[in-house]
Amino acid sequence: MPNSVISSPHVPRVNRVDRVMLDVLLALIPGILVMTWFFGWGLLINCVLAVTFAVAAETVVMLLRGRSPLIALRDLSAVVTAVLFALSVPPILPWWLTLLGMLFAIILVKQLYGGLGYNPFNPAMAAYVFLLISYPVAMTTWLAPAGLAEHPLSFMESLRLILNGTLPTGFEWDALSSATPLDEMRGKLDLGQTIEQIGQSQTWGWLGGRGWEWVGVAFLLGGVYLLWRRLITWHIPVSMLLGLTATATLFWAIDPHTHPSPIFHLFSGAAMLGAFFIATDPVTACTTKKGQLVFGASIGLIVYVIRSWGGYPDAVAFAVLLMNIAAPTIDYYTQPRVFGHGSART
Amino acid sequence: MLVAILAIAALAAFFGILLGYSAIRFRVEGDPIADQIDALLPQTQCGQCGHPGCRPYAEALAKGEEEINKCLPGGEALVLALADLLGREPVAMDIKEKIPSVAFIEPEDCIGCTRCIQACPVDAIIGAAKQLHAVINSECTGCELCVEPCPVACIQMRPIQEDIQRWRWPYPARQPVESDSAAPLRDAA
Amino acid sequence: MVIALKPKSSPERRLWRFHGGIHIPDEKALSNGRAIERAPLAARLWVPLQQHIGAPGRPLIAVGDSVLKGQMIAEPTGFISAPVHAPTSGRVVAIEPHPVPHPSGLSAPCALIEPDGAETWAELPPPLADYPQLDPALIRERIRWAGVVGMGGASFPTSVKLTPGTDREIHTLIINGAECEPYITCDDRLMRERAAHILEGVRIMHHLLRVRTVLIGIEDNKPEAIAAMQLALAETDMGGYTEIVTIPTLYPSGGEKQLIRILTGKEVPTSGIPAQIGIVCQNVSTAAAVADAVLEGRPLIARVVTVTGHAIAEPRNLEVPVGTPIEHLIAQCGGYRETPRKLICGGPMMGFELRESTTPITKSTNCLLALAPAEAPDPEPALACIRCGRCAEVCPAKLLPQQLYWNARAKDLDRVQDYNLFDCIECGCCAQVCPSHIPLVQYYRYAKTEIWAREQEKRKSEQARARHAAKQARLERQEQEKQARLRKQKEALAAKPAAAADGDDAKKVLIEAARQRAAERKRSDAAGQD
Repeated sequence: MPNSVISSPHVPRVNRVDRVMLDVLLALIPGILVMTWFFGWGLLINCVLAVTFAVAAETVVMLLRGRSPLIALRDLSAVVTAVLFALSVPPILPWWLTLLGMLFAIILVKQLYGGLGYNPFNPAMAAYVFLLISYPVAMTTWLAPAGLAEHPLSFMESLRLILNGTLPTGFEWDALSSATPLDEMRGKLDLGQTIEQIGQSQTWGWLGGRGWEWVGVAFLLGGVYLLWRRLITWHIPVSMLLGLTATATLFWAIDPHTHPSPIFHLFSGAAMLGAFFIATDPVTACTTKKGQLVFGASIGLIVYVIRSWGGYPDAVAFAVLLMNIAAPTIDYYTQPRVFGHGSART
Repeated sequence: MLVAILAIAALAAFFGILLGYSAIRFRVEGDPIADQIDALLPQTQCGQCGHPGCRPYAEALAKGEEEINKCLPGGEALVLALADLLGREPVAMDIKEKIPSVAFIEPEDCIGCTRCIQACPVDAIIGAAKQLHAVINSECTGCELCVEPCPVACIQMRPIQEDIQRWRWPYPARQPVESDSAAPLRDAA
Repeated sequence: MVIALKPKSSPERRLWRFHGGIHIPDEKALSNGRAIERAPLAARLWVPLQQHIGAPGRPLIAVGDSVLKGQMIAEPTGFISAPVHAPTSGRVVAIEPHPVPHPSGLSAPCALIEPDGAETWAELPPPLADYPQLDPALIRERIRWAGVVGMGGASFPTSVKLTPGTDREIHTLIINGAECEPYITCDDRLMRERAAHILEGVRIMHHLLRVRTVLIGIEDNKPEAIAAMQLALAETDMGGYTEIVTIPTLYPSGGEKQLIRILTGKEVPTSGIPAQIGIVCQNVSTAAAVADAVLEGRPLIARVVTVTGHAIAEPRNLEVPVGTPIEHLIAQCGGYRETPRKLICGGPMMGFELRESTTPITKSTNCLLALAPAEAPDPEPALACIRCGRCAEVCPAKLLPQQLYWNARAKDLDRVQDYNLFDCIECGCCAQVCPSHIPLVQYYRYAKTEIWAREQEKRKSEQARARHAAKQARLERQEQEKQARLRKQKEALAAKPAAAADGDDAKKVLIEAARQRAAERKRSDAAGQD
């Protein structure tokens, strides 16, 4: 009898993990659409492949652990991981790299630590970094955005490229691929060009790289949706974007000829995706409000540092992983003052 | 190179002296580990560990002469606490834990032989020769040492009745289904 | 030039916020539309002999006794204790353990009273209508005699709370009319119908505590109650120090610490009581019971209980004698509309399930809630915590519920206290918003009771250690004494045979001694003659 005692509250619960994840996927839709518009079908193909691999990996691991795979699949966390990964990698990434990435993310980074809620690192970002270090060329071969590309790939061409590595007839890699704006900026700055000279190029739009700037705006929109649905709080995204902006503004103010403007930093690379969808992953981020501010601002700072002086043009994944390591410590030192403890304001 | 060697040697000497001094200056008297162990033991004095009382078992543990799973009343919780304190691997208890009980003397059968009184390690049985004996429930540790000596077998162990004061909220039956680990890595430290 | 005159009413009182809290459907319309009704007597009343927090009472009755309404049947045994009175006249049929309202569903001693239906009152003490002229100790004694306890759920003896310590001045009395839990409307109805009576009680408590300010906090989802209380206040002379404060509806505003924070901005220190910051907090029902005791000489033997939930045919508020079995209350409300999924004592956020239909209501039972399956669906399986932090956002104590959960789940009773487990008020906000449906509050309650049990065990083992040491010392002493005795005997034995072996010598010695004595006497005699 005593074991059947169930504690209050006796009211229906208002939230559910799967609905949270579903909302995150919904919020990603504008970004997915814009990226597909600019980078072609490959992105959608990657999404489908990544989701398939992730779900398969999760099912196998759960079966090996002697548990019902449905429990893990129902929460949709594997799907979110897969989609975030697919949005971060080049849209023509060979399928086996996506497979490798998903196996790494789901098996090593997530399930070996105990599954959802127990992983210290963001699975999508860990997989991204793992591939970036192991396969740097494939991971940095981006397509040129629509409007700049000589030959926008058709659906079948994308599929063949991803599954087979077959280039469309009559084209070489150079004709299809293009450096990302961050890549180009770093490269040209290293060659001694000034921001003004670099800005002359037709690859630049209003806010950042052409095409890329709209991707940033779309993710910002999705982020606002998440905030409106109260699935995330403002602390991490705002502090991360502020951290990035403040550092960028400082150097830009010192020398605008050799340091790109803060706007460029905000709307290039994965800054927006990172701020709203990756750094805010609750499992691996800080949980205290003060801690989240420190966490976000540090990511912003690290992103700027690596982008400007590090070995890689973009740095959101590295910054997030680095701060994942620090999260428990930050949490420990930023515990809120408990009601009735210490000096209360009267 | 000579400078480097000298510097390292000087440093080594400095820290060596510092450590040596600290060892004397901050010396801890006595054997507090035995006290710490004794504080963890349930003090039933039942002797089921093979030692005459809790203190001797604590001292044996402190010397490293004994396994940490010998205390039956302490149960698994004690094994874990001892493993934590002594930095040893937890060992499984070989016998299932007992339900908390107290001794009860059947008044009709007691012949007043005082053997149980002599056996009781905590003086929880009162009575005198040729007089009826009785157990002080609040003092009885449930060690069962009085059961054996009774010549008429009139002592039995009775489980402590659960009442509202003693009742505890049960550990939630609805466990999160996904993982075996009690806490994620980041919180386990 | 015209100078606009400010209206003379007091300026809007500043309110403070507490951290977190949640908005939940209040479901109060189910039961707040009907006036309080007096239920007919049940055939049998199970009166628990302890209905307060503190030292248990001593029963004053025996099986077979006849009791009168209002007769004391258990007397207090300490300062923090309260008596119990017979809720009606009748015969004591049994005194035995019977299920009482408690999460465990366990039994406690109850007096089973069979009413005779005559409702004959025992001789009651005289009303103390002139209490402002009386010694406060006398009034407190009356409240203590009446067995008034906190009726909001805590059941702490009221007379104790109304005895301010000498070290600290009490400056504010807060009357809790927030009633923030969904479904419950007994305080709402009481304020609407008996506002003047409540204010009488407040005035008595004001007199006892000599506070400067009285604040009556009512959530703004009870406009009728607020209006009734304001109307009643206008007719008294208490307006100078009393204010009815409308507070925003937000669960758990009615928690004592939260209400104090809202009204005064002060925080009750951890593991402390409001008196430490000069505040005493009482429930509106308690105020009415104080008025009963002082102005009418009546003990606390009945209370208003909300019987509600979608499974109840005709939800309403009933005034019933303490000890009435819950099945009787449900029958009075037209029985069940559908089979309830759960029967809750108290509100849905903090109440507990009742399993026995003969469980009696007590002085602190404010609500009986029969939840239909749709209102309280079976909890879904708990998923892993995803650290979303919603729990921390809604926690009114500003705790980190996740950390408490991890440590409670790992049964790490020390670390769970490092995260201030005992500041948790078990309001249930965290569990309500948790997307993984983890039974968080149960983990905290489990950890709390485990810690208490562990401390109890520690005390017991300390005691056992001391007793064992004492026994060892005694045995050692006895052993030494025995040894000493044996040694003495041995010495004596050793001395005897020696003497026996040389009997002549011994005799010689004796003779010699006698001779010497005789010689001594002779000498002294001779000296005397000189």
